[in-house]
Amino acid sequence: MLDVIKSVPIEYYVWLSSVLFCIGVFGVLIRRNAIVVLMCVELMLNAVNLLLAAFSTYLSDAQGQIMVFFIMVVAAAEAAVGLGILVMIFRNTKSTDIYLLDKLRN
Amino acid sequence: MSLTVFSILGLASVIFALLMVFTKNPVRSVIFLILTFFSIAGQYVLLNAQFLAVVHIIVYAGAVMVLFLFVLMLLNLNAEAEPRQTDRWKLGAAIAAGMLLVTFVGALRGGIQITVPENSNPSVGLVQNLGKVLFTDFVVPFEVAGILFLAAMVGAVLLAKRDVKI
Amino acid sequence: MRQLIPLIPFLPLLGFAINGLLGRRMSKTAVGLIGSGTLLASFLLSVACFNEVSASGPIHTVLYNFLTVDSLHVDFSFLVDQLSVWMMLIVTGVGFLIHVYSIGYMHDDAGFWKFFAYLNLFIFSMLLLVMGDNLVMLFFGWEGVGLCSYLLIGFWYDNREYGKAARKAFIMNRIGDLGLLLGIFLIFKTFGSLTYADIFARIETVNPDPAIVTAICLLLFVGAMGKSAQIPLYTWLPDAMAGPTPVSALIHAATMVTAGIYLVARCSPLYNLSPDALNVVALVGLTTSIFAALIGLRQNDIKKVLAYSTVSQLGLMFVALGMGAYATAMFHVTTHAFFKALLFLGAGSVIHAMGGEQDIRHMGGLRKALPITFWVFLIGTLAISGFPLLAGFFSKDEIFANTFAAGGKWWWGFAGLGGLITAVYMCRLLFVTFFGDFRGTEEQRHHLHESPAVMTVPLIVLAVLSALGGFLNTPHFLHLGTPQWMAHFLEPVVRNANLHHGGEPHHLAASTEWMLMTITTVLALLVIAMAYWVYVVRRSLPATDAAQTGLTRVLANKFYVDEIYHFLFVRPVEKLSQLLHYYADTWAIDGLVNGVGTGVQRLGAEFRKLQNGNVEYYLLGMVVGAVLLFLTLFV
Repeated sequence: MLDVIKSVPIEYYVWLSSVLFCIGVFGVLIRRNAIVVLMCVELMLNAVNLLLAAFSTYLSDAQGQIMVFFIMVVAAAEAAVGLGILVMIFRNTKSTDIYLLDKLRN
Repeated sequence: MSLTVFSILGLASVIFALLMVFTKNPVRSVIFLILTFFSIAGQYVLLNAQFLAVVHIIVYAGAVMVLFLFVLMLLNLNAEAEPRQTDRWKLGAAIAAGMLLVTFVGALRGGIQITVPENSNPSVGLVQNLGKVLFTDFVVPFEVAGILFLAAMVGAVLLAKRDVKI
Repeated sequence: MRQLIPLIPFLPLLGFAINGLLGRRMSKTAVGLIGSGTLLASFLLSVACFNEVSASGPIHTVLYNFLTVDSLHVDFSFLVDQLSVWMMLIVTGVGFLIHVYSIGYMHDDAGFWKFFAYLNLFIFSMLLLVMGDNLVMLFFGWEGVGLCSYLLIGFWYDNREYGKAARKAFIMNRIGDLGLLLGIFLIFKTFGSLTYADIFARIETVNPDPAIVTAICLLLFVGAMGKSAQIPLYTWLPDAMAGPTPVSALIHAATMVTAGIYLVARCSPLYNLSPDALNVVALVGLTTSIFAALIGLRQNDIKKVLAYSTVSQLGLMFVALGMGAYATAMFHVTTHAFFKALLFLGAGSVIHAMGGEQDIRHMGGLRKALPITFWVFLIGTLAISGFPLLAGFFSKDEIFANTFAAGGKWWWGFAGLGGLITAVYMCRLLFVTFFGDFRGTEEQRHHLHESPAVMTVPLIVLAVLSALGGFLNTPHFLHLGTPQWMAHFLEPVVRNANLHHGGEPHHLAASTEWMLMTITTVLALLVIAMAYWVYVVRRSLPATDAAQTGLTRVLANKFYVDEIYHFLFVRPVEKLSQLLHYYADTWAIDGLVNGVGTGVQRLGAEFRKLQNGNVEYYLLGMVVGAVLLFLTLFV
């Protein structure tokens, strides 16, 4: 058995993952630069990845890590597309401030 | 011993994450995020998820973050260009995020009871074992992921193209 | 016969429906024929009822069960007994004559068809009132005549003053109606039924507390005060002269105002149990009689004089009722209907000839131009003044005799005083209007003409009735005709109680009656002669409004009662109404309703902020929502 399973209780991974996730949430809410917001989303995804990997190890189940794999796939694709959109918006508004994206108003 | 390593890596990831959120300079944010990723990769290694650790570094730190940096450079942003938010808003965001954390902790405390199987396989995270599972049980999602990438690529290229003047 | 009884009120109702719905397109002749024809039919049917009732007693017809709630059982049914058939005859008979008269009087009016519709509706209501066999039907009729009074007083609705007069009449009636309703409720509570027969039959068995009976009688009298214009609810009647003259004749002389008398007479078994209530009735009647007579002394509008005369005569009838002389009061109702209707219609004839002028100071010497009108008016005036052998003489004399017997000489004295003042002002009216020189404009002089036959024939009929009507009920000691014929006819239902205020029945000796009669007659003749001397020989004229001084001014201004009422009652109510309008209506209710609207608007505005397009806001919303979701799911 892995040393980590013996010495680190699974709850620690849960707390760590939660904290990272909430930091990500906080970052999404607090930053106005669209790029940084996207980065915070990446952070949230990573927190989830960590938790999935931990559970996979602790339960000796490969499915957790497979899911991490796919999440990474999606995250990468999403980052690419998101940044593409961002570039387009920047061309129109000359700024990355998400406050200016209020065309759905009313 | 693992506990020590875990604590250091955990602390590092949290600190870097916080730094990433609070830095004004977006380039610095990227750097801190990369460092966060590195600490998470360390966690993966601790968990013996070797494949994941490597892929994590290659994909995230190597590709996605580089992409972010490219876009940052392309947009040529300054640190001061980003407008500030009201303190009220910051307080509200903090409360919301804090509430989320409290909810998670409250919901999950004492509720996680897993039984570690006696004959746990420590080599679940090795490349060959992961590959075996991926290409037998999850081959369809694998292929779909490929198509997803294709779509994303096409989309990204299309989006970033300048309008062709007719 | 029983089956035909419902026709009596429903024929006028049919007339109302036809004239009301189709009258606008019918010719005036047709409207007048239908209006008067239904009434003639009702009158003939009433005569038939009269024959049957005198032969075989009361007729009871049940139409249908109106309501049955627990122990309250009210039927829509008619009781044609001696009292009600007598009233029916008066209402339909005099009513018919007035309808015929109206064909001529209202001929040039654009609302001709409406007038006849309203008149027929009124007759229907009045018949319901007198023909009902329970208090609920009486109340229906009571309210119905109030409504028709309002419609007819305000008939010329373009004039706001007339509308105000109509409103005043209606409201004062309603005040009285409150008393009537309370009385009816108390009767039901005490006796358990609202049918006359049941109530009077249960008097012995229930044996109610005398205080309750007094309360009932007083409450019913309050209703009578409103309807029959006694103090303090009398001021509507002079104002009601705003309506066309036939209305004044029918409603405010012959029929509606006698509803109060009818009510008290009908409930005479109850009143007999309560000497206190009878005292009150007599006192109010006496006060009103003298008060109104004094006011009439200095009024200069023909119709107003007659209005105050009506109030005064009604007061006299209540004195009779208060003395327990119910049959006598009904007798005076009958004769009063004859000569007051006559006087009003005669006044209408004068007004018609004068082209609308009603101030007697602008009239004079009309007896040459309007001979028929003059003669009938003369007969009416003499009748009301108590000239021997005319109708008023017998009825008034009987009242005075009963007052002396039951009340003593002071009551008799004051009642007689009222009668003398009546003679004075009526003669003043007659002499100033018909004698002397003509004081109107040249144009009016040219216009003077006698009324057409359709108006003069009813006048003549009424004059004959006024002259001979007294013989319906001559007193015993005169040995003329069939003495007390009417009283004997009414006896099964109402009879004079012959009370002495102490409860002992009292009969006057024939000599006393002769003496009383002589005194009053001599005084009346003296007064008439004196009036003749003042107004004809000395040609004294009523003063113009500016020249009135002292007592004359007070009397001409009706003792300023209207102004007092306005100050005491109308202004506070108006103030209260304004306050309520501001606080309750505008501030509270409008505030609430508008507040709901504004609240919804503001709420919507708040919710609109959710859609401000701000991405950060949406993100925050997402996080908050997620938190809430987790909270509900996992905690």
